[in-house]
Amino acid sequence: MTTAIPPTGSITPHGEGGEGHANHSLTGFIIFLCSESVIFLAFFSGYAVLKTSALNWLPAGVEGLEWRMPLINTIVLVSSSGTIWLAETFMARGNLWGFRALWLLTMALGGYFLYGQAVEWSELAFGFTSGTFGGTFYLLTGFHGLHVATGVLLMALMLIKSFLPGNYAKGEQGVQATSLFWHFVDVIWIILFVLIYVWQRH
Amino acid sequence: MTSATFPSSEPKPSWTRYFSFNTDAKVIGIQYIVLSFFYFLIGGLLAMIIRGELITPAADLVDRTVYNGIYTMHGTIMLFLFIFPVLNGLNNLLIPTMIGAPDMAFPRLNAVAFWLVPIFGTLLIASFFVPGGPAYSGWWSYPPVSLQNPLGNLLSGQGLWITAVALSGVSSIMGAVNFVTTIIRMRAPGMTWFRMPVFCWTALAAQSLQLIGLPALTGGAVMLLFDLIAGTSFYRPEGGGDPVLYQHFFWFYSHPAVYVIILPVFGVFSELFPVYARKPLFGYVYVALASFIIVGLGLIVWVHHMFPSGVAQWMRNLFMVTTMLIAVPTGVKVFAWLGTLWRGKLRLTTPMLFCLGGLFNFVFAGITGIMLATVPVDIHVSNTYFVVGHFHYVIYGAAVMGVFAAIYHWFPKFTGRMPYEGLGKVHFLLTFVGANLNFLPMHPAGLMGMPRRVSSYDPEFAFWNVLASLGAFLLGVSIIPFLLNMVSSWVRGPKATHNPWNAIGLEWLLPSPPAEDNFGEHVPTVISRPYGYGLGQPLVENQAAIERELTLQEATP
Repeated sequence: MTTAIPPTGSITPHGEGGEGHANHSLTGFIIFLCSESVIFLAFFSGYAVLKTSALNWLPAGVEGLEWRMPLINTIVLVSSSGTIWLAETFMARGNLWGFRALWLLTMALGGYFLYGQAVEWSELAFGFTSGTFGGTFYLLTGFHGLHVATGVLLMALMLIKSFLPGNYAKGEQGVQATSLFWHFVDVIWIILFVLIYVWQRH
Repeated sequence: MTSATFPSSEPKPSWTRYFSFNTDAKVIGIQYIVLSFFYFLIGGLLAMIIRGELITPAADLVDRTVYNGIYTMHGTIMLFLFIFPVLNGLNNLLIPTMIGAPDMAFPRLNAVAFWLVPIFGTLLIASFFVPGGPAYSGWWSYPPVSLQNPLGNLLSGQGLWITAVALSGVSSIMGAVNFVTTIIRMRAPGMTWFRMPVFCWTALAAQSLQLIGLPALTGGAVMLLFDLIAGTSFYRPEGGGDPVLYQHFFWFYSHPAVYVIILPVFGVFSELFPVYARKPLFGYVYVALASFIIVGLGLIVWVHHMFPSGVAQWMRNLFMVTTMLIAVPTGVKVFAWLGTLWRGKLRLTTPMLFCLGGLFNFVFAGITGIMLATVPVDIHVSNTYFVVGHFHYVIYGAAVMGVFAAIYHWFPKFTGRMPYEGLGKVHFLLTFVGANLNFLPMHPAGLMGMPRRVSSYDPEFAFWNVLASLGAFLLGVSIIPFLLNMVSSWVRGPKATHNPWNAIGLEWLLPSPPAEDNFGEHVPTVISRPYGYGLGQPLVENQAAIERELTLQEATP
């Protein structure tokens, strides 16, 4: 007998004093993000260890990484953190169309980032198996790109949800979580950009 | 008001719910425990083969390659398919009932996390049947051994091993997010942090460690998988990679994993000693907080597994000191338990016996742990049976015995039946004698220099190995009275009252077994600290009325 899940917090007064009980999902999501950041931390520290201890870091025939296009991508991603924040502000004021417009803009910026990443990948002279340089480069950018794609997908879900009647109030927690995730992806990219593109000297 | 809390005429839930995608934490808890014991039997069978091989110095029972696969799978199954799932089962049963929540914060996520276990379990067991056999590089899968793929197949035992471990990580992270959120947000009214039972404190600490540590192992495992099947060279020295990097990733999680295992068992000790000594837990606040000191220190000791792996001398010294420091918060707990037992009215029931035996073994394991933390000793006995003996004292001697204690103690609450004391005591005796006979001789053999993971050895070690094998077979027998007890008492054991051990705690203010949503809408308000044995103060508001109601219900057939 699979049971219906009680609507979160509506049955029992939870927590100390029995007040606020609406934000379990957000709490859980924040805990998950903290955990997720450790996997990036692991990859970053692995990258640093491999790079500092390598004898020949760059594979033969590779001079270094082109940084202009990734810099444009960085600007795009950072500004998308701003647009998602604005979207949230509109949501808080009850301006649903303003929210949808900026939400869509954020999705477009995320999509452009993925496109830029794909173009960059296709123009590179080295592959995943080109030593630890190639391996860590594609591992880090690929794993981050996967998160960007997930973020765009989540945003699409939230956008669809905003059109369903009666889902507006319930969708808000999802919007908060998605926005938090997007800021997370953004911060990770800034660290990644510094580690891979700015720190090129070996 | 209280009458609505205990609906008396509910249809008896069908047993088939244990085989379904159920979202009730109490069902999931029992699913976890029963499934984990299924894998315990498989892992135990492998242990019997290992000890059967080692009873004579010659490699005469199984082929050497097969032997490598057997000890690898024994370790992997026992850790990822037995001890973690069984502890998650206890978490599922105890956390919501102890804090007065109707269920976990995310019931569906909880069920998904459980059903991942049989999936990756099947993957892992299936690796016995792929060409080339299961993984054979030890439970830690160090490269370069774990990067060998002589048959060249995409589907190898090692690949399946990595996939299973990664899935186990996903399942554990889902569980950890759920447990932590539940403890933070769903406590009963009045249950402040320092009115929370120690088991919940230790579960919170252990699950925080999962959240911090597991992603590192998962990241390392992903890179290992790419090295194995995609041709990268993260850990391949010939391509500029670093095999020691994997060891860092592995131990950054796998050392804290020991605390993930032992912390909830500390919680069980802290719950049970007060019940069976009839005294409040000595130094409750310090016992609770020591869990988090163990978390903090536990995250910065991992290099002690790598003293012989070519790490810098300053790292060896640093990690030797941090490892020894762990003895301080652990010692706080041990002395708090001794303080609880001191001049108590001890009742030597089966759960109490398992706790006392577990504590005894744990102290022994702690002492050999301090020896191993010392760099010169560690390098001398590295990869010998001394290490094997040490961690089996921790995992079997302390943790598994603590799990048995918990099962006997809370069995009546969640099944509504009493386990049989006689069978329980036979089980305890066989386990305690078997564990010590099995694992104690490993220490002298290790000090003499017997390496681990060998199927043949110098005849001078034969005496200790014969003793260890006899102990192992005794342990193998010890599971029979346990299984008999569980099955027969669940089917037709005496009916349990709501509080058969006369214990204090929210879970003992529920009927046995509790209703599906535990307290439902009538969560009692907690007004005092736990473990008020002999103090005469009630735990919750209207406690007398609640207990009268429960007793009345039990009296009406």
